[in-house]
Amino acid sequence: MIKIQKRNSSSSLIFYLSPIVAILLTLFFGSLIFLFLDLSPIESFKIFFIGPISNWYGLSELLVKASPLALIALGLSYCFKNNIYNIGAEGQLTMGALFGGGVGLFFYDSNSIFLLPTMILFGSIGGAFWASIPAILKTNFNTNEILSSLMLTYIALLILDYFVVGPWKDPTGYGLPKSRPFSDAGRLPVLVDGFRAHIGVYFTIIIAALSYFIFNKTLFGFKLRVTGFSSRASKYAGFRNDNLIIYTFLISGACAGLAGIFEVSGPIGQLYRDISPNYGFTAIIVAFLGRLNPIGIIISSLLIALTYLGAEDAQLFLKIPSAVGFVFQGLVLFFLLGADFLNKYRVLLK
Amino acid sequence: MNYDLILGILNIVLISTTPLVFAGIGELVTEKSGVLNLGLEGLMLVGAVSGFISLVITGNYFYSFILSILSGAILSSIFAFFVLRLLTNQIATGLALTIFGIGLSAMLGKKFAGTPINGLSPYYLIIFSFILVFLINYILYKTKAGLIIRAVGENHHSAYALGYDVIKTRYLTIIFGGVMCSLAGFYISVCYAPMWQEGMTAGRGWIALALVVFATWKPWRLLVGAYIFGGVAIMQMNLQAFGVKLPGQFFNMMPYLATLMVLVFISSNKVRLKLNAPSSLTIPFIKD
Amino acid sequence: MKPIIEFKNITKSYPGVIANKNISFSIEPKSIHAILGENGAGKSTLVKILYGHVNQDRGNIYIDSKNVRITSPSVAKKLGINMVFQHFSLFESLTVAENLILGIDKKLSMSELIDKSKSISSKYGFNLNLNSPISSLSVGQRQSVEIVRSLLNDPKILILDEPTSVLTPDEIKNLFKVISNLVQDNLTVIFISHKLEEIINLSNRVTILRGGEVVDTLITKNENPDSLGLKMLGYKIAKLKRNKVDDNSKVLFSLNNVSTFNQDPFSVNLKNINFSLKTGQILGIAGVAGNGQNELMEIFLNENNDNFKGNVIFKNQNINQLSTQDRKCLSISYVTEQRLGHSAVPEMSLTENVLLSMSHNKKFIKNDLINFKEIGNHTDKIIKKFNVNAPSNFSKASQLSGGNLQKFIIGREILSNPELLILSQPTWGIDAGSESFIRKTLIDLSLNGISIIIISHDIDELLEICNDVCVLYEGRLSKNLNVEQIDATQLGKYMGGLFD
Repeated sequence: MIKIQKRNSSSSLIFYLSPIVAILLTLFFGSLIFLFLDLSPIESFKIFFIGPISNWYGLSELLVKASPLALIALGLSYCFKNNIYNIGAEGQLTMGALFGGGVGLFFYDSNSIFLLPTMILFGSIGGAFWASIPAILKTNFNTNEILSSLMLTYIALLILDYFVVGPWKDPTGYGLPKSRPFSDAGRLPVLVDGFRAHIGVYFTIIIAALSYFIFNKTLFGFKLRVTGFSSRASKYAGFRNDNLIIYTFLISGACAGLAGIFEVSGPIGQLYRDISPNYGFTAIIVAFLGRLNPIGIIISSLLIALTYLGAEDAQLFLKIPSAVGFVFQGLVLFFLLGADFLNKYRVLLK
Repeated sequence: MNYDLILGILNIVLISTTPLVFAGIGELVTEKSGVLNLGLEGLMLVGAVSGFISLVITGNYFYSFILSILSGAILSSIFAFFVLRLLTNQIATGLALTIFGIGLSAMLGKKFAGTPINGLSPYYLIIFSFILVFLINYILYKTKAGLIIRAVGENHHSAYALGYDVIKTRYLTIIFGGVMCSLAGFYISVCYAPMWQEGMTAGRGWIALALVVFATWKPWRLLVGAYIFGGVAIMQMNLQAFGVKLPGQFFNMMPYLATLMVLVFISSNKVRLKLNAPSSLTIPFIKD
Repeated sequence: MKPIIEFKNITKSYPGVIANKNISFSIEPKSIHAILGENGAGKSTLVKILYGHVNQDRGNIYIDSKNVRITSPSVAKKLGINMVFQHFSLFESLTVAENLILGIDKKLSMSELIDKSKSISSKYGFNLNLNSPISSLSVGQRQSVEIVRSLLNDPKILILDEPTSVLTPDEIKNLFKVISNLVQDNLTVIFISHKLEEIINLSNRVTILRGGEVVDTLITKNENPDSLGLKMLGYKIAKLKRNKVDDNSKVLFSLNNVSTFNQDPFSVNLKNINFSLKTGQILGIAGVAGNGQNELMEIFLNENNDNFKGNVIFKNQNINQLSTQDRKCLSISYVTEQRLGHSAVPEMSLTENVLLSMSHNKKFIKNDLINFKEIGNHTDKIIKKFNVNAPSNFSKASQLSGGNLQKFIIGREILSNPELLILSQPTWGIDAGSESFIRKTLIDLSLNGISIIIISHDIDELLEICNDVCVLYEGRLSKNLNVEQIDATQLGKYMGGLFD
């Protein structure tokens, strides 16, 4: 008979092992999906997970995808630690791209070295501004942040659509829904010539290091964790929960906004409708898979970025839809949450 | 302004609102028992794609209907297993279900996108949606089964102490919610559109979630709320017909803006929300 | 007489504790059988096993000499066993009628239910309005609903888990009458308590548990409170010596005409609360749970910035607008009723739990950076000074037993050098050893000139350590009663709200 017993204290070894368990289970179920599609799992996994990073170009592409994912996930980890479910990062990213990109388009013929920093600044302001709306609705009107941040995502996508179809449409663009390209001074420098990986990677690493410090050494990080565990205990301690909600939303919005402006000023170079392949949503999985730990988030962002590249290759070589990447992402989150059961409970066989 | 126009608008409101009623009433029952399922969008999409594919393959509405519903039952029972047995966080698990559902539906439906089908008349399901709301209201407030669902959602420890099976009750309400979502999806891809397109539910799952809050967990209010939303969503056509000039994107924003405003309005009254919300909502049941 | 229930070698363990160890004894039919033991002795676990709410690891239960496996409460109900829980199993937002329906297994029509519950109510003297929501009822009325609901199932055996801990003296008298009548009507009643007098007055036989094991089963009429107390604890508790307050000492803290205006029907509004506290005084606030204790604590803490009228005065300063943290800086400390999730975070280490309450202290926080080393040393000091049984300062709060955690929390607050210490239910649910340690610590503290307010349902506790006691009833506060001159009947009247 199987017996389930609550653990007296959770094990930190299992806490950090459970993502690996989740990945293994995902691979197992992934191979079932490949078998179902009449494909050899081993061959498919090679194409999915090894093929994309078997050359320098692929590794650069991995960074191109992982950097925004990690950046957004780092921001989200502030919210999630505080038990605030900001799931509107996609909208905040869009607003970052729109604000920062707007600056780039306004000065489209500028060569100033200040153009790019200004775009980046406005990008983070745009994201933070969009995130401040659900934050204020939550603190002042008790509005559920899950639904409000999500509704704002749909609205942000439509606003972007309005601008690229309407006022910001490239006058020389044959009527396509795209803005004109940014000037060279408005483009994010790449790390190595000939590859697309850009200096956004440095920002990501710096923010990760900073977050690690904030979470572990500062009173602010402590407040976040206390409030995440119990808002009553946080009030007892005299922490102002409302301020924490606002700060965490602003931080995560700014991070998502940065990711947005890095995307459009980096690999994309202009504004159009589909600037993000759901980075804002996928980053939720990156944050959880990385256990809301900055180092874990860096690792998990690389892994999840691989599912993006793998899905593209799979579409090309295996003729299976790239949406299989989302299936893997959903599975990995499911199994991660499930594996936490082992962290809280002991399963005994009798 | 003529009657034809008004009738035409009413007809469109009726047709476009029904999926919100199905998904909303399903979620309402799930939440009444104390479980928050954020996976509506994913469940609807999988319901839509499985109904569509099986219709293309079999050409039979009945099989298509059954397979669609089955997909919702299976996916939601997986969700139920995770939140009830593995005690996972309901919010995160619901998000996982949404992402998984978006991916799965896109993967399965890729080959079928754009395939033409003969849609089923929406009116059967429209009529059914009204009967359903009546039935759910009756069950929740006039029968012992409904009383047990409410009791489990209010205080699961007391319900267990009185000998009720909390886990089983919640399994059933979660699966009911899942079936209703897939029915909403079936309606969209087979009756309303009728076609398949990636992400075609366009956030209706999330709006349905907001509707449950708007309705303060009462079936009749949910029906009324759904039709108000349906009306606002259709207003774009109205206003455009009456010559109001605004870019199309702003009309498309209306349902989301309306949802947001209504949410703000309803939740700002904390006391009212607390009185109506099931007290055990999102709290996992752990036998001591 | 053949026993109706026999426990044979019942054993149940939880990680780290054995709640019941080889429990064996039997209960005679048509009797009142008391189970006595201090908090944590295993009484509740044992009756929950009998009711199927918890399943034993080993051992058997015999009902009418038949071995039965009671795997769930519904099995227990089929065997004629019903239970009234200490923390009731009622549904706040549902009506009395709906709560009754949920308790019965048989199919009864609404009219049959009404008839039957009316006949039960009139027989035993309950007065229930079937259409009121539970949230509008007093604690005593809620207990009546629970009892009527159990009786609707025509049980043979009724378990009452600490039924008197939430009642006023008058309500307790009525309950005892009901219990005696039930036994005359052929029921067997199992009565759980840690109050010795009650057990002597009410029960026919008593089984004493200590540390999860049976100490003895006795015929009650041969016993007295002292003999039972000795068996329950295994040692004698020394009587505490109370301090005396100097009549000339200054008023440190007072509430003037404090009233609240909450819309929430689940909460009680305070009405014109007045009291003042002198330096070195211990003031007890008595009263049955749910009469405004939480709301009064909120006035003291100001966690939610709720609106209220009146003035909160500390050292001649109006502190109405001051936040929880500002008040802590003024040297007011708090120990809340709920330990895990309010005055401590279960998932965090003891060191972090010290920081929880001390984050305004410059010694521990500089420029927003945490000095973990300093806090760790301070934590060790608390653990040592207050006899906290904890593996180390990085053990999680959830790993400590209730008594040890409470000693830790109270120690933490005392070492923050308060001038005023406010505690709610300081010894609720903890073992007798920690209980007497805490009570003695509080008296010592007051001897050093520190003022203390204790909100407690446990009137015996208040009479033991306080200088003065006042009673909270439906949001109103009685005048001070000096404990030296207190009169039991007057106190009983006050608890029932008769003090204007």
